[in-house]
Amino acid sequence: MDIQLQEVEYRYAAGTPFERLAIEDVSFTIPEGVFLAVVGHTGSGKSTIIQHLNALLRPTKGQVVIGDRVISAGKKEKNLKSVRKKVGTVFQFPEHQLFEETVEKDICYGPINFGIPEEEAKKRARSLISQVGLSEEVLQKSPFDLSGGQMRRVAIAGVLAMEPEVLVLDEPTAGLDPRGRKEIMDMFYTLHQEHGLSTILVTHSMEDAALYADEMIVMHKGRVQKQGKPRDLFSQPDELAAFGLSVPEVVRFQHRFEALSGMKLDRTCLTIEELAEELARAKKRGEDR
Amino acid sequence: MKENIISINHVHFRYPGQTVYALKDVSLNVAKGEWLAIVGHNGSGKSTLAKMLNGLHYPEEGQVTICNFPLKDEFVWDIRRRLGMVFQNPDNQFVGTTVQDDVAFGLENNGIPHEVMVERVKASLQRVGMLDFLNQEPHHLSGGQKQRVAIAGVIALQPDIILLDEATSMLDPRGREEVLRTVRQLKEEQDLTVISITHDLEEASRADRIIVLNKGSVYREGTPEEIFQLNEELIKLGLDVPFPVKLSEILRLQDFEIASNYLSEEELVRELWTSNFKK
Repeated sequence: MDIQLQEVEYRYAAGTPFERLAIEDVSFTIPEGVFLAVVGHTGSGKSTIIQHLNALLRPTKGQVVIGDRVISAGKKEKNLKSVRKKVGTVFQFPEHQLFEETVEKDICYGPINFGIPEEEAKKRARSLISQVGLSEEVLQKSPFDLSGGQMRRVAIAGVLAMEPEVLVLDEPTAGLDPRGRKEIMDMFYTLHQEHGLSTILVTHSMEDAALYADEMIVMHKGRVQKQGKPRDLFSQPDELAAFGLSVPEVVRFQHRFEALSGMKLDRTCLTIEELAEELARAKKRGEDR
Repeated sequence: MKENIISINHVHFRYPGQTVYALKDVSLNVAKGEWLAIVGHNGSGKSTLAKMLNGLHYPEEGQVTICNFPLKDEFVWDIRRRLGMVFQNPDNQFVGTTVQDDVAFGLENNGIPHEVMVERVKASLQRVGMLDFLNQEPHHLSGGQKQRVAIAGVIALQPDIILLDEATSMLDPRGREEVLRTVRQLKEEQDLTVISITHDLEEASRADRIIVLNKGSVYREGTPEEIFQLNEELIKLGLDVPFPVKLSEILRLQDFEIASNYLSEEELVRELWTSNFKK
């Protein structure tokens, strides 16, 4: 299922004295199966975009095409359930949305509301709980007896239980420790690949964008300023800096090295291993000469 | 040696109904005017300790003294006036209907005269780069902007100690940089004591001293240089090491000469160039 934004504009509190333009003239396509990172500094419009991807917000201009559904400005859409079922959103701090008595009930809540039989929902909960890195015993516990990191995983399982085709992640690792961050991102990446999902990751972490994304969109002042492959966009650090963004540490290090040495490595490196490899090659070239 | 503004002696604490100690025999001091970073994995006891410093929890055993007040019911308001706290999630600490009302809330509760209040609200918002948002409603702000307002609300009260409980974890790199620079500046101007509880290595590496918590106990204590030399040990604790330390390790495996473990990229770039390429 592809998602397309076509010249989308959104104003908060339109027609009131508090009206504020959040995004304008936003157009891009998310082809099925792509891992897209959306970056931009605070207030650039990222969160507003996400809420259009499952029709939580309706554009004030333009339209959003989600699979076979078209959400346009000024037209009230009915029965958006099918959209919400296909596009699963993990909001910031999803653990704050937990409310049920047990973890199992919480994970089953979504699917049961979408008409999945209870037995099937429970089956999904059992299989998902291990996928998010928790043991089956947790299912009968109250979500409020778990640690923050465990609660986050339960909330994510609740979104996955709807078996979405598109997964929207809004800063999914905020507040987790480095190990927790890596575990959660690796988990999303595995799901992305195994289930052929489209994944949209909104993040401040240029490292995560570099490691996981096929495509990247740079937002600034409510507009799409850049779009491309992370490797290409990170080769232009000055352009990103103009939008208040940095490059991953590894890229910054490479540019510092190139500036000092006057040498140019063969490619912009996105991982520490790639950088070590390129440096070794450059060193060897120097020695052979 | 500077005087201690906080001293914690052999503190034990368990949450109600729990057998496992959230804090186990924790002893540490914070010197007046220092920047102390407390790091540890999720569940290591960092936030429990933070809440205790603001009198939200009391020790089961042991003593805590803050600004010469023992941590007891009768002094808790004296302590809270001197120790300002910024929590991780800004949505849980917003009370005003506009940005300036929110910053003024604490001042009003403390009976600050109106003219002083107006000035302090503006000065505090200026320091966190949110002056342009004076009359915005909080729910129209993004997470990072809200957090900067929360910090303004704390510094408006001119506390002796500011405690950042993962307070920058939701900010983008620029916002984080701005806040940390602000905190650094405040610390220098007003001899403020800063305690930052964080996973962010950048943030921790700017502190004068780092304490590593693990499973409710103090695991290590030292300068950022000393702590980051622990390398593998930190990774085993669910933490991370700064990029230059990691890169040095990998380069050495590929027969590069890297003399010591540098914390700054600049030093490592220089070392890499002079010892390996410039021959």
